Amino acid sequence: MNRRTTMMLMAALVLSIILFLVLNLLLGSVHIPARSVLAILSGGGEESEIWRNIVLKSRLPQALTAIMAGAGLAVSGLLMQTVFRNPLAGPSVLGISSGASLGVAFVILLSGSLGHVALSKLGAIGEVAITMSAIIGSLLVMAVIAFVARKVRGNVTLLIMGVMIGYIANAIIGVLKFFSAEEDIRAYVIWGLGSFARVSGGQTTVFIVLMLIILPFSFLLIKTLNLLLLGDSYARNLGLNINRARMLVIVCSGVLVAVVTAYCGPIVFLGLAVPHLCRGIFRTSNHATLLPASMLAGASLALLCSLVARMPGFEGALPVNSVTALIGAPVVMWVLFNKRKSSI
Amino acid sequence: MNAHSPAIILHNVTTGYHSRGGNIEITRHIEAILSTSELTCLLGPNGAGKSTLLKTLASFIPPLHGGITIADRPLRDYSAGRLARTIGVVLTEKPSLNNMTVRELVGLGRSPYTGFWGKYTREDREIVDRALQLTGITEFAARQIQTLSDGERQKVMIAKSLAQQTPIILLDEPTAFLDYPSKVEIMQLLQRMAHEEGKAVFLSTHDLELALQISDKIWLIDKTNGLRIGTPEDLSLSGDMARYFERDGVVFDPESGLFRIDTRANRPINLRGAGPRVAMARKALRRIGFIGDELTESPIAVDVTDDSFKVNGIVCASIEELLHAVRNLSAVADNDSL
Repeated sequence: MNRRTTMMLMAALVLSIILFLVLNLLLGSVHIPARSVLAILSGGGEESEIWRNIVLKSRLPQALTAIMAGAGLAVSGLLMQTVFRNPLAGPSVLGISSGASLGVAFVILLSGSLGHVALSKLGAIGEVAITMSAIIGSLLVMAVIAFVARKVRGNVTLLIMGVMIGYIANAIIGVLKFFSAEEDIRAYVIWGLGSFARVSGGQTTVFIVLMLIILPFSFLLIKTLNLLLLGDSYARNLGLNINRARMLVIVCSGVLVAVVTAYCGPIVFLGLAVPHLCRGIFRTSNHATLLPASMLAGASLALLCSLVARMPGFEGALPVNSVTALIGAPVVMWVLFNKRKSSI
Repeated sequence: MNAHSPAIILHNVTTGYHSRGGNIEITRHIEAILSTSELTCLLGPNGAGKSTLLKTLASFIPPLHGGITIADRPLRDYSAGRLARTIGVVLTEKPSLNNMTVRELVGLGRSPYTGFWGKYTREDREIVDRALQLTGITEFAARQIQTLSDGERQKVMIAKSLAQQTPIILLDEPTAFLDYPSKVEIMQLLQRMAHEEGKAVFLSTHDLELALQISDKIWLIDKTNGLRIGTPEDLSLSGDMARYFERDGVVFDPESGLFRIDTRANRPINLRGAGPRVAMARKALRRIGFIGDELTESPIAVDVTDDSFKVNGIVCASIEELLHAVRNLSAVADNDSL
């Protein structure tokens, strides 16, 4: 694939992001005319307070959250697939998102059973508590994985360790659920469905700023990632410190998943699917292309999913996790069918 | 580096692995010098320690004892980056690469020289072009790795190590899994790298015949005799070749310096004539158990002329007919003697 085609495809991805962003702002369960949306965005004060709130406090933050979460998950998935040289690796594979779930389960379920406070009813304080517990949970698991990564040699061993840690986390969650009140379990299940709309107000800004800080770090790993493709021995022979490289990639990927999961819940599928989609479209495994491509495609797909989830008729009730898989899986299958012998 | 100067010096090296139960020593007390501008083949039966020695030289595993010196500096003092500019490797394992072009893969050989972002300078590109050219793969530079044959892929990996511009290239069984013409092609390519580019090329292989014909030096290794080094011819004359590889059914022919299958030919036959037709007749007869020349006394006499084979006067058009006639005659002779 030559440079020009690559640039054209990138431009097409950017255009799709803009298109879906606009649609996300225009469409929703409440009909607001396009002219009014434009007026609200440009700061015109003529429109009704309700419409202003819908656009500025619901649709816009939700769309921006979707962009950041989609980009983050896609990059995280790409990093995992490369470092483990495993096409089925995704952000959830190392148990990092299970760690987040465990943290959230602890806070939601224990606060209910022990403290007799339903966090789900605490509003903003509850939200912050959930976010913090998710980040702490996933970072703890990641610390364990990073520690293990220094000790074990094989990638497969590490992968299995991660999956096992995920099982342990899920088992503990199961025990917690068993001893919890029904309404707390419901709150936990809803968190688990994933949503770009869960974060509100000032927290959206925090999330977006966090992602804007973390995402660029992945670009520092491009050369490392390309060398990792060759396999450990060749990469080492070309001067790469394998253990350090593996650690850096896992930490970068892990932090991305931790933050996204904390704010949006465990969103599955995007991280696994988008890198495959990009390899199929761009026909390369050069990370200088794949990384920005995954970022853009992830953002675009997430926006599309968010749009579908809020389509009139669904009334914002569709869980994002169902939509990502329903839209994403056929797209990926189509791409895989449409090319001859390539891709991982 | 000067021609035929030492590239790697091994002094009292013992290869092996650290393990929980203590060290497992594979090959002990190696004293050896690997020279530049030479193609050196490491030969030995399976399990002799070839891979362990290669990994030790490539610095993938440290030696258990002793010192390895490259360019007057101990190998263990080499930083990862410097090592990457000193030793290039080609491994047996196929990297499971998809969606990567030949040029991109060869370009990764420039990694030790490129900066943080891995951007190629014009010089890098020229070096990659030259590596493609030297290995004869320029015409499929744009092809994807997964579409290549095993032989082509091996050339790409060799081109990668050329782009790496290391004075030393180590290869682990580069001719395994290839068909015979590809094996020869790869060996000749490696010989050119050694003779024309002045590199120290060191490879392990199971292709005895090829190695004996093409390599400048042979390292023989096995569990009982340790390591022996020399030109193929010196090792033949000293009897080391026979000692390392001869076993039931395999004999070393000191005349040709090559190995052949021991057919235990012991029945006498009188064979006359000259030229390649006689050589072929001798080879075929040996396969069915007959051995002899024009002085051998035997009731069966084979006369090879330019246009026919005669067995006790019966004219045969081909070696197939010749063998048939010899078999019949010997069956009759066996019955008579009963």
